[in-house]
Amino acid sequence: MKKHIPGITSAAVTDLPVLLSYKAKYRAPQELGFSHWLAGQSLWFPVIILSVALLWPFYALAQGSEYTMADSFDALWRWMPFLLTRGFVFTILISFMTMLVGTVLGILLGLGQLSPTYVVARASWFVTQVFRNSPWLVLLFIVMLSFPFEFTIGDTIIPVPDWMKAVIGLSLPVMANISEIVRGAVNSVPTAQWEASESLAFSRRQTLFRIILPQCFKRMIPPWMNWYAILTMATPIVSILGVEEVLNLTRQAIEAEDNRPELLIPFYGFVLVIFFLYSYPIARFTVRLEKRFSVNL
Amino acid sequence: MSWTKDQPIVSIKNVHKSFGSLEVLKGVSLDVMKGEVICIIGPSGSGKSTLIRCINALNDIQDGSITVEGQEVHDPNLDQLELRKKVGMVFQQYNLFPHKTALQNIMMAPVLVLKQDKAEVEARARVLIKKVRLEGKEDSYPGELSGGQQQRVAIARSLAMNPDVMLFDEVTAALDPETVKEVLVTIKELAAEGMTCVLVTHEMGFAREVADHIYFTDRGVIVEHGPPATFFDDAKDPRTVEFLGQIL
Ligand SMILES: Nc1ncnc2c1ncn2[C@@H]1O[C@H](COP(=O)(O)OP(=O)(O)OP(=O)(O)O)[C@@H](O)[C@H]1O
Ligand SMILES: [Mg+2]
Repeated sequence: MKKHIPGITSAAVTDLPVLLSYKAKYRAPQELGFSHWLAGQSLWFPVIILSVALLWPFYALAQGSEYTMADSFDALWRWMPFLLTRGFVFTILISFMTMLVGTVLGILLGLGQLSPTYVVARASWFVTQVFRNSPWLVLLFIVMLSFPFEFTIGDTIIPVPDWMKAVIGLSLPVMANISEIVRGAVNSVPTAQWEASESLAFSRRQTLFRIILPQCFKRMIPPWMNWYAILTMATPIVSILGVEEVLNLTRQAIEAEDNRPELLIPFYGFVLVIFFLYSYPIARFTVRLEKRFSVNL
Repeated sequence: MSWTKDQPIVSIKNVHKSFGSLEVLKGVSLDVMKGEVICIIGPSGSGKSTLIRCINALNDIQDGSITVEGQEVHDPNLDQLELRKKVGMVFQQYNLFPHKTALQNIMMAPVLVLKQDKAEVEARARVLIKKVRLEGKEDSYPGELSGGQQQRVAIARSLAMNPDVMLFDEVTAALDPETVKEVLVTIKELAAEGMTCVLVTHEMGFAREVADHIYFTDRGVIVEHGPPATFFDDAKDPRTVEFLGQIL
């Protein structure tokens, strides 16, 4: 046996899980796969898309069409303000509202998962798992078809437009993922913090809101932003349900231009590029925040 | 039952504690009088931490009784928060709140738990900072402090609640040899002022100097106990002798 010299040899060892100091509490980053991928894309991406959009009319021309590159550009140019101000702005609005609803519900559900009451915790966990693992489109259809198109409260009739149903439908998977972010972040704080707090006579609620959540708040921001980027990219699926966001309006614009096939690539390429230009900076920022928060508090 | 100062402030009687099928405490009894300093020593895994964590109900027990100021700690109807206001605890890993400064760490519990006046608490916190010799570090975050400094903030944080008993669980075990001393000095001063202290420690010299009574635990039982002089120089049980032989 080694001779133990107090204060010289290292602390006694137990086979207990060691209570690490607060510095060690940062775990592997929560999954930011999408943001990492997007932030890793080169800015050449929109350039390539745009060139394809330009080259397509040439190609079409070579096939004997009388529709020139100038014509197709002219069409895109005419529709662009409409697509941006009506279509894309509405897309962004939907993504904001979905994120807002999803975040509020997700935080509540996440706190529910952490509840000391077994039934509440279990039910919240179940709801989280269901909505996290369901196809988004299926959730959208369920909300679309099961929600009434208007509510009657007393004498007032409150209409529920399609876009509002779309927001509710999309916010369900967002909610479930935010719930997991909250649970994961709270669980990443070492139990020693709970014990230190409890031994100072803080109640469970005070411990959670005063000690634990303020410590992991920053850590929740990058994954939260990651989900915002994913959500934004997913919003076009609401066009299937007739919501007049950018993709839907693009299809309508092409229809208004006599459905010329030469327009397909320029128009949809344009939509792709604006989605990229909007989400790319968000992804870059997310990755930067993640790096910063993982170094120090 | 009302508690008077001639009765033990902490009384542990025949406590049994298991983690699943592993019995960690196998009938431990000890009493601590007000103002007394007791040290618990023993090999790793003998249940020292478990025992003192039972005193402020961080661990539950399966059998036996623990009272603090006459109140049964493991009574299901006990107000745990009231108990913890009376019992301070300092951990091996400091466990300061990393998002708060040293001063805020000390002030938080009195303000939020005891609902004391903030200005009054701050004045007291500054006195405590001075007492643990950390003037000038009031606004430092734990990450900016050395281990020894953090541990002294942790002691001050506990003291700010004006506890009647302080529990120390190997509070110097994670420190550099140079910083061990500053923390031990702080605890010695506290003991000299009459604070009731229950210490788990590997610092034998310190235990000998500061303790009124030493308890030696091995595999979940108290093997031997006595005042430091008798304990260190005249140990009877072969397990104690062996342990002391390794350490001293
Ligand atoms: N939460 C727990 N769950 C399961 N087993 C535990 C738990 N806490 C402690 N133990 C076990 O109880 C035994 C006593 O642990 P304890 O931490 O009380 O020992 P100790 O005397 O403080 O040791 P050390 O000097 O290494 O700190 C060990 O075998 C440990 O593995
Ligand atoms: Mg221990």
